[in-house]
This record gives sequence, C-alpha cells and structure tokens, in this order.
Amino acid sequence: MTMQFNDETFRGDYTYHNSQKAIRRFPFPFDQDAYMYSVNIEQHPGGPEGSPFEVMFDVDEHYVAEMKDREITLAEDPLRCQSLPHMELAGWDLLELIMVSKARDYPELFTLHRDGNDWHWINKPLGIEKKFTFLDPTTLPCGPMEYITRQTQGDFALLHERDGNLWMDAGMVTSQADWSLDFDVGMNFFEWHAPVPKARKMGVFDKALKFLLSVGQDQSYRRLNWTLTVNPRLDTSPETYHKWGPEKRSVTPENVGRKQFLRVELQTFFRLPRSNALAFPIRCYLANLEDLAGQPKWGRRLHRVLRDIDPTLAEYKGFAVNQEMIVDYLSQFDDGAPTSPGIFPDG
Amino acid sequence: MKLALKVTEIEQLSPLVKRFRFEDPKGASLPVFSGGAHITVEMPEGDTIRRNSYSLISDPYDGSGYEIAVRREDRGRGGSLYMHRKLSEGDDITVSTPANLFQLDLRARKHVLIGGGIGITPFLSQLKQLDMEQKPFELHYAARSREEAAGLKLLPKAAHIHVHLSEEGARMDLGAILDGQPMGTHVYTCGPEGLIAAVADQAARLGWPKSTVHSEAFTAPPPGEPFDVVIASTGQTVTVKADQSLLEALEAAKVEINYSCRGGVCGRCRTKVIACEGRILHNDHWLSIEERAAQKDIMPCMSRFKGTRLELDL
Ligand code: FES
Repeated sequence: MTMQFNDETFRGDYTYHNSQKAIRRFPFPFDQDAYMYSVNIEQHPGGPEGSPFEVMFDVDEHYVAEMKDREITLAEDPLRCQSLPHMELAGWDLLELIMVSKARDYPELFTLHRDGNDWHWINKPLGIEKKFTFLDPTTLPCGPMEYITRQTQGDFALLHERDGNLWMDAGMVTSQADWSLDFDVGMNFFEWHAPVPKARKMGVFDKALKFLLSVGQDQSYRRLNWTLTVNPRLDTSPETYHKWGPEKRSVTPENVGRKQFLRVELQTFFRLPRSNALAFPIRCYLANLEDLAGQPKWGRRLHRVLRDIDPTLAEYKGFAVNQEMIVDYLSQFDDGAPTSPGIFPDG
Repeated sequence: MKLALKVTEIEQLSPLVKRFRFEDPKGASLPVFSGGAHITVEMPEGDTIRRNSYSLISDPYDGSGYEIAVRREDRGRGGSLYMHRKLSEGDDITVSTPANLFQLDLRARKHVLIGGGIGITPFLSQLKQLDMEQKPFELHYAARSREEAAGLKLLPKAAHIHVHLSEEGARMDLGAILDGQPMGTHVYTCGPEGLIAAVADQAARLGWPKSTVHSEAFTAPPPGEPFDVVIASTGQTVTVKADQSLLEALEAAKVEINYSCRGGVCGRCRTKVIACEGRILHNDHWLSIEERAAQKDIMPCMSRFKGTRLELDL
C-alpha cells in the first residue's frame, strides 16, 4: 500500500488537514476524564496496528509537508539545528537508528543498502538518493544528525550523559511547543525543565532523570505530552512568538472548533550504542477540536479534562485566555455518558 | 534483554587471567557498543544464578563477537572460578546487552588512560574507539611483573602505550604522567582503590577540574558470613549464603529488584532499610560516608550485614 501525502501548509494560509484515517489514529493523550501531570512511560514501539505507536518512527500523510516546513524554518533561522562537536558520533548513531528502522518498517518508501561502511539510502517521498560512507562526515552535505532529521518528522534532542546528569548538547528543533534550542543547548535536564509548574515539587524530574539514566541499549520508551495551540502551526517557538502569539486572539465562538488545535507530543527515548548518548525524539501531532469531537468518546472526555484542569496548568499550556470558549464549544459533545478506559476511540 | 551466545574461544593470558570470546550461535551480529561498556554474564550453578559484570575488551564497533578477560579470584564468591574451571569452548552462555558506566568524555582535548592490573580491561575497548575517532590519547598500564601482566598480549605496540612493570624497576610516576598535559585533558583510572585515590590526589594537586577526572572501581561482590534479611512486603526471610551476594539471594528468592552494574557503582539496586539491628557492611562505591553511617540504605549488589535483624523495604 502506498501512502498519500497531503499538500498543505503549517503557516500563512494554514491548509493543514487530517484525513478520517489520520483522525482515527490520532494519539489522543487522555486515558481518563481528568488530567494529572505524571511520568506516564511505556515501552516503545508497540501498540495497535495502524496506531502511531506501532513502529519506531511513525511516517504519516503529513511527512512531506512537515519536511518542507522545517526547511523554511531552518532557512530563516539556521540555529534551530545545533550540534556541539563531541556529539557527532551520537548523530551517526541516530542516523543509523532512523535509516534502519524506516527501511524495515516502510520498505515501499525507504531503502537502505549497506556494504560495510558504504551505505546507499533511498528516500522516495522526498526524492533523495544518496551514497555515503558511514562515520565519514565529508561524504554527507551536512552533519549526520542534520542530514537525517531533515528527513524525519519531529524534533530531536541528543543528550550527553556526564556527572550523573543529562546535557542537551545537540538538537534539531523546528516544531517545539514550549522550549527553544538556542536557549537550551548545553543545559542539563533540570535546567531545561525548570518552567514546568508543580512537577519539580512533586519530585517528578528526579524520578524521570533516574529513569532516563537507566535506559539501556536494548530498551526504548515513550510518553505523551500535550498542549493547545491556535492554528496548525509547527513552529511555536519563543523566538517567533510575535508571529503566532497574536493569533490566539483570532479565536471566536464560531471558529474555535476549527482553529483550536490539540497538539500532542509523542516523546520517545533511545540509548544510542556507539556514543552512549540518549536520543530524545519529540514528534508533534495536531488535530482541531471539531475533528476530535467527531469521535464521541474523545468529545466527551476532552470537555471534562479541559473544564476541570488545574488553572496553573491551563496557564502553563497557554490556553487559559480561551479556556471558557473552548469548554463552551466542547460542552455540546458531552451528554454526561460514561467513557471507556484507555486512549483509543470506540468502535 | 538477554543474549544467548556460545563460547567460541578461551585463551590463557597469564597464570590468573583468561580471555573469553562469545558469539551468536547463528553468526548474527551483536549490538555494537561504546568504549568502557560492560556486560553481565550469567553463571548458573545448582538452584542459583550468579551474575558478574565484566568490561568488554573487544572492538566496540565489531558486532561479530564480545570478548572479556576474567581474573581468577580464589577467595571470591565463585564467579570467576566458574568462568575459569567450568566453562569450555562450545558451551552456551547468557549475557546482557552492553551498558556503559565508564564512558569517555568526547569533549576532552586529550585522554589519559591509567589501568592497574586487571583494571586495564575497560581501556582495551576505549582505545579502539579513540583510535577510530582519531582522538589523541595515551595509555599507562601498571602491573607487578611481566608474567602477571595479562594485558600485554592485548595491547598494541605503539609510542603512546606505556607499560610500567614494578618488578623491572619501572614504577608508574603519576606526577610525571599528569604534569604538563594540555588544558582540557581528561584522565581515567581503573584498578585498585589505592591507584584511583592516588590519581585523583595528583590531579587535584595539579589543579585539574573534578569533571576531568574519571574512575571505575568495579569489583565483584566479596563473600562473607551468611546472614538473614526480612522482606517487609511479604514478611519472608531470605538467607544469604557465604558465597552469595545479597542481590543474588534476593533474586533466587524471586524478590523483584533492579540492578545494572552489580559492582556498587550505578546506584540502581539501592534499597531502603526499614529496621537494622546490627551493622551493614557497605562494600559499594555509591553511598556517601554519611549515608553509610545512617544505615538507612543498602546496595544489595555488594553489601552484607552482621547482626540480628535487617529488614528491607522490598
Ligand atoms: S547494581 Fe549497580 S550499584 Fe548495585
């Protein structure tokens, strides 16, 4: 089966859209009718057939358009991709992990031939064919991390382990929700999480760090995080706030269903073999309230979660100003019926 | 994850040290790793499985096999004796995937590696990685005599590889090694505690930042007198035999517990002590002096107990 890729934009006229299939497989992040910040970690990959959890690196109908959007962001601000010199080996590790996984999981889209360190990579959706020498950076047009993450959906952080902490020493960040690479390169785990309210006090980060440090070479994990954004915009970085911040005020009771998007991050963790670094891919999925409410279970649950959420979290997640409008809109989908457990839609 | 492998080579490197090579029975490629990584080897004996961790000494980017070097400890718990006496070429062996608690800091301008005795082992994979990465380094290997220096057979001959044999009058001079190294040099030490302390001392005296001084003091858990522990959640009493570690005894009793290094350095097995009437014999490198004195935590991979009652929060 070949995949159809959408012709769509994540800025300007915002023609981004989800097919029925994409909506049904959306990684809805709430497994119950209330939300609590937690370290909800599961093994990855693994999940129902067709879900975004099934394979290591999910490729979907937005792939080609997302890669174009990344190109635009990088052309405007090359510092969205940075790698300190000692992270090059981790970049090769990541390139290998992604190429091997994609060629295995999507043979009709990607091919990788390896003869020792002579590699031949074919990426059909993006029309790329490249012969290069593994571990030899002179044979690629840019560093290995940049090369492969220009061809992979999601943001990427590469973390270096030292002194019992993790340091974000490389990354490709063009679709971040609430953090900025320029600000975070060289920062450790606690520094770059500092703004999350409550979590520090709950000791969540100490536990999360302990967990991350113990991730072994053969194990990989995921967790979901979420926020809300107005318009299907990938690049909601602090640097470009002046471009997207004011859009929050363009929401009206008439357009909120189409303009207000739930933004879900599928965060995964991998221990890389040669560098012993941790790879932290953060994949972003977007769906508007109208599309989500088309699944009755999600409509009911989303209403309850956003209505009852702790006000500091609504503030932190950036939707407090529009919360009333959002909850009013969603209330029409909530008949008070109970919802089934788990995140997947009914039927 | 565990890897079911075959022993394909055993070589006597010195009277006390043997080299072992493990490969996949079907020739499949094993996960590559980073310099300084170790694997945990399972040694089933009777109703218990003993597990020891050993540094990998083979080429980290070569997945065709894993190699380790094991020194026979005649007064140990029996792990090394199992490796030396029971294991033959062609035998099955189960090992863990590699993990690394002693990785190179690739930010360093130069790496100085100092290995004493069997402490040479983690450097054997690191120097291959440094060669491949074309990073400047020098290695110093100290041993008592040529006969005991098992590492000699495994080290390449090169100008930046120095062997110090005390019996031949060539004692290692740490001052001379560390003084005058370029700014941004990192030093790594593995071997007896005395050597690690001496290097740290020398580096501090020369004003090296703490973050540039690395060491690994991983030893197998020592044997000792048998003792009992009580598991708080079930009330069950577990007896730790003389030649068993507390961690091994807990595993044999099917008590769930985390571990990685099994050598008191990773912190993974740390367990809360609920009641302690007696003295914990701390043998780990994880707890601080204050934490040891408090007797509120124990590292079951290494430590033992002497007294009337020890109750663990498990
Ligand atoms: S298992 Fe590593 S400290 Fe006990």
